[in-house]
Amino acid sequence: MSEIAIKSKAPREPLFSKKNKKLITDPLTDNNPVTIQVLGICSALAITVQVSQGVVMGLSVIFVTVMGNLLISLLRNVIPSKIRIIVQLVVAASLVIIVNEVLKAYLPDISEKLSVFVGLIITNCIIMGRFEAFAMANKPWPSVLDGFGNGLGYAGLLVLVAIFRELFGSGTLGGIPIFGNSLPGEESGLYAMGYANNNMMILPPMALVIVGCIIWVQRSRNKSLQESH
Amino acid sequence: MALNKESNAYTFGFAIALVIVVGTILASLSLGLKDKQEKNGVVKKKMDILKAMLPMEEANKIDRSNAEENFNKYVDLKNALVLDMNGKPVEGNAFDIDIKKDYKNKTLKESDKKFPLFVAQKDGKKLYVIPIIGKGLWGPIWGNLCIGEDMRTVVGASFGHQGETPGLGAEITQQFFIDRWIGETILDENGDFTPFEIVKDGSGPKPQKVDGITGGTITSKGVEEMANRGLSVYATYFKSNMQ
Repeated sequence: MSEIAIKSKAPREPLFSKKNKKLITDPLTDNNPVTIQVLGICSALAITVQVSQGVVMGLSVIFVTVMGNLLISLLRNVIPSKIRIIVQLVVAASLVIIVNEVLKAYLPDISEKLSVFVGLIITNCIIMGRFEAFAMANKPWPSVLDGFGNGLGYAGLLVLVAIFRELFGSGTLGGIPIFGNSLPGEESGLYAMGYANNNMMILPPMALVIVGCIIWVQRSRNKSLQESH
Repeated sequence: MALNKESNAYTFGFAIALVIVVGTILASLSLGLKDKQEKNGVVKKKMDILKAMLPMEEANKIDRSNAEENFNKYVDLKNALVLDMNGKPVEGNAFDIDIKKDYKNKTLKESDKKFPLFVAQKDGKKLYVIPIIGKGLWGPIWGNLCIGEDMRTVVGASFGHQGETPGLGAEITQQFFIDRWIGETILDENGDFTPFEIVKDGSGPKPQKVDGITGGTITSKGVEEMANRGLSVYATYFKSNMQ
């Protein structure tokens, strides 16, 4: 108990101090969970075919990382260390079930579109990674910011990949045709000139290639990210 | 008394408490939202039936808020029929039959399955809506086929899926694919059932042939299997009732 008492006497730092701001901005750039830590790749492959799916998936993951980090951080001093991973898993799984049930009841159309992918948030390594690496050792407020930052970093990358894949794979963005009508027999716009959608883009391997390209660009712009060998 | 957080008793105690708390929260949430979710399911079913029977412009106007009202306007559930596997009408409530559940149920005998047939009225003409279910590449696919007053021409359709690949198999829900079904006939002049074939070679405009979806072959084949299996039951009923 004495330990906690001492901590509360330390001078309060402002809610958005420099250190706290870094918690949000870091995962967006030089510590992105997907491109730098290479976590959450599996779902980045599965649901980046359409931008709208990526957006909703990103929002759901942000909710789970923020709420989960908060809960784990509040419980961090009472969780027995022997079963901490299981406890984290239970928290993540419960939050995902809550998201799924609420979506089903209040946003049935979106829930239908996402179908199994909401359940798959549990398997997203970013969530367990942030619980274990950050929330277990930090106070609630920084944990919330860290969860938000990482969720946002994940969501941002998802949308970026989805923009490439939907634009070149289906010729649409958010369901709106960009290059004209591609239906056989009634082509218009670019399609009338012989342009064809790249079906490779729709298949999961292309997501890996795009993520690879993003990592390449990011590393060549920022030398500090390059390994020295 | 200091709590020993490394002790087995504490660990067990924490685990039990956690399970009880989480279990209670999730159970009450599930119970609390169940009514709303079930109601969503009913509305969705009505929307699917309406989308199959209405022309595109009107079908696009159907959403969750006006589905109930339009459904009551066009479909009288009192006229709905329940058929057995031989196409004979039997007793039962057509709307409550869950063909998805029956399809998945491996222990249910084919002869015990019931098949709903919804009868709708639009502009003084009778329309027959047939719900069908099958499987695509990744999961279940389903749909409704609407047969016109002559009991043999497809006048409308709607398809749905759970997790087909967006841009490929998932395209079955699009209007261009539905349009390929409209005008096909399910019975020949003698009233015998004529199955469909999903084709790749672009011969879709020919009778009994429907163009599949590029890159969505397995889903398209799933639609073919689902439509033929589903319609074969109703074909016998239509044959015996054709004027």
